[in-house]
Amino acid sequence: MILSGRALSIGYPDRVVGRDLDVALEQGEVLALLGPNGCGKTTLLRTLLGLLPPKAGEVHLGDAALTALSLRDRARRIAYVPQSHVATFAFPVETVVLMGRTAHSGLFSRPSAHDRMVAAASLERFGIAALAQRPYTMISGGERQLVLLARALAQEPQFVVLDEPTASLDFGNQGKVMREIRTLAASGHGVLFTTHDPNHARRAADRAFLMRAGERLAVGPVAEVLTRERLEDLYRAPIDVVADAATGVSAFLPG
Amino acid sequence: MPRSFATGLLIAIAVLVAGLLFAFMVGRYPVDIGDLFTVLAAKIAGQSASVSPAAESVILQVRGPRVLAAVLVGGALAVAGTAFQGLFRNPLVSPDILGASSGAALGAVLGIYFSLGILAIQTLAFAGGLFAVAAVYLIGSAVGGRDPILVLVLTGVVIGALLGAGVGLVKYLADPYNQLPAMTFWLLGSLAAASPADLVPLFGPVALGTAVLVAMRWRMNVMSLPDEEARALGISTIPVRIAIVAAATLTTSASVATAGIIGWVGLVVPHLARSLVGPDFARLLPTAAILGGGFLLFIDTLARTLAPVEIPLGILTAVVGTPFFIWLLTSMQRTWS
Repeated sequence: MILSGRALSIGYPDRVVGRDLDVALEQGEVLALLGPNGCGKTTLLRTLLGLLPPKAGEVHLGDAALTALSLRDRARRIAYVPQSHVATFAFPVETVVLMGRTAHSGLFSRPSAHDRMVAAASLERFGIAALAQRPYTMISGGERQLVLLARALAQEPQFVVLDEPTASLDFGNQGKVMREIRTLAASGHGVLFTTHDPNHARRAADRAFLMRAGERLAVGPVAEVLTRERLEDLYRAPIDVVADAATGVSAFLPG
Repeated sequence: MPRSFATGLLIAIAVLVAGLLFAFMVGRYPVDIGDLFTVLAAKIAGQSASVSPAAESVILQVRGPRVLAAVLVGGALAVAGTAFQGLFRNPLVSPDILGASSGAALGAVLGIYFSLGILAIQTLAFAGGLFAVAAVYLIGSAVGGRDPILVLVLTGVVIGALLGAGVGLVKYLADPYNQLPAMTFWLLGSLAAASPADLVPLFGPVALGTAVLVAMRWRMNVMSLPDEEARALGISTIPVRIAIVAAATLTTSASVATAGIIGWVGLVVPHLARSLVGPDFARLLPTAAILGGGFLLFIDTLARTLAPVEIPLGILTAVVGTPFFIWLLTSMQRTWS
């Protein structure tokens, strides 16, 4: 299945943020969305999730228009991982992950044994089963991000959309989240994430989508799109490339 | 801190039972525990009890309706407060955040001003509460904006202020000797006039509203997340929010119509319940309902026994609630567990 937006104009009732955007995300691939602050990344994400109606164009999930699906049906296909936040209430981690089962049960129903099993398996998968009873407000930012990933997986979706999953994480957790993103794709999920770090896109993504001022600058395999010239153009700032001759690994540094 | 649901619920039930015993036994006419059980057992079995008629009358006619009303009103306010705190993602919210109390107050003082009967006053109060919240919701939704919750709360605040001005005007115009004391007494809350006839119109809406909220307890966890997140998890937030607001308003308006305005219960009890069983609404709602009933029983019993005259409930709950809340602020730091 493909999650796609065709000829999208995106924005809010009072203003247009971006126009003429074509995006496609296949199952099993990772697409990274890059661009300067305020370029419309989050707006595009929200539009693809169906949380914000496009001002023109249509978002499709397979052959069906996203607007033709109920919120419930969408949530069973696309999971959203928001930027990790401090919640108002100190729900136990297990309860947070169980919330991922919302779309699989009725308005008045309680989580079934199956729901609890899926939630537990999801916690297990991200190696945070030991946190199940801890309050969500009392764990670290990295752990919170993993909990939100576990919640997304508990939705049993085909696509996972993440908004800056590595923001405000320490170096180790950034790596961990990127590895989990790769694992999600390996298990057949289509993954779309935004990031401010081209190195993260290069590490975790198959393709990159560069966006500036609401317009698509480039899209394609990371090796082709993430070049110094393109990134300098994207961010309008000098960028250095450093390479390790021994391993062939290279990285971008803001100049 | 994770706590066992069973333990927390048991503590809440113990508070309610202690409150019941306290309320039945203490007062100008003390009742001993043996008489209490004899009378209640006889009443349930449909026989006449072998105790003094005075004791029987105190238990069944005088204190019985008042005790039941206190349990229902306390439970209702606590449930509504719990629901609104979750829905508005704010632990400082109380059941009257959307104007239920101010609407009911205006209805009631108008009823008193026009010298209507007690039933008409209660009906006006009930209708006033529902009408105020409906108006706030419609205006808030029409205004729209990116943060519907914040708009709703702000609309509630301004409409509440307008209704408060209306109450002030009616009080200003009222007869200072006959009507003003009745209005003041009503605005401060009291169960002194609770009669068996009050229990049916109180029980119906409270039971219905509470049943709806308890049935949606799992969804309420998700509703306490930011709106977009809840929608991405598959919840149609608008109809669910309307259902929660309607159910909580129903219980609040019914309690206010019976007992007047009793502040603090809906604010403080949800916190107490949360400290017992945690924030999961599936556990929190039943615990808060039971604890709220027990809490108001204690307050009401103190109200009628502390002084030669009845102390209005709103004053006692404020005296108890304020220091409690300050303690809460200092002990909870920045998270609300």
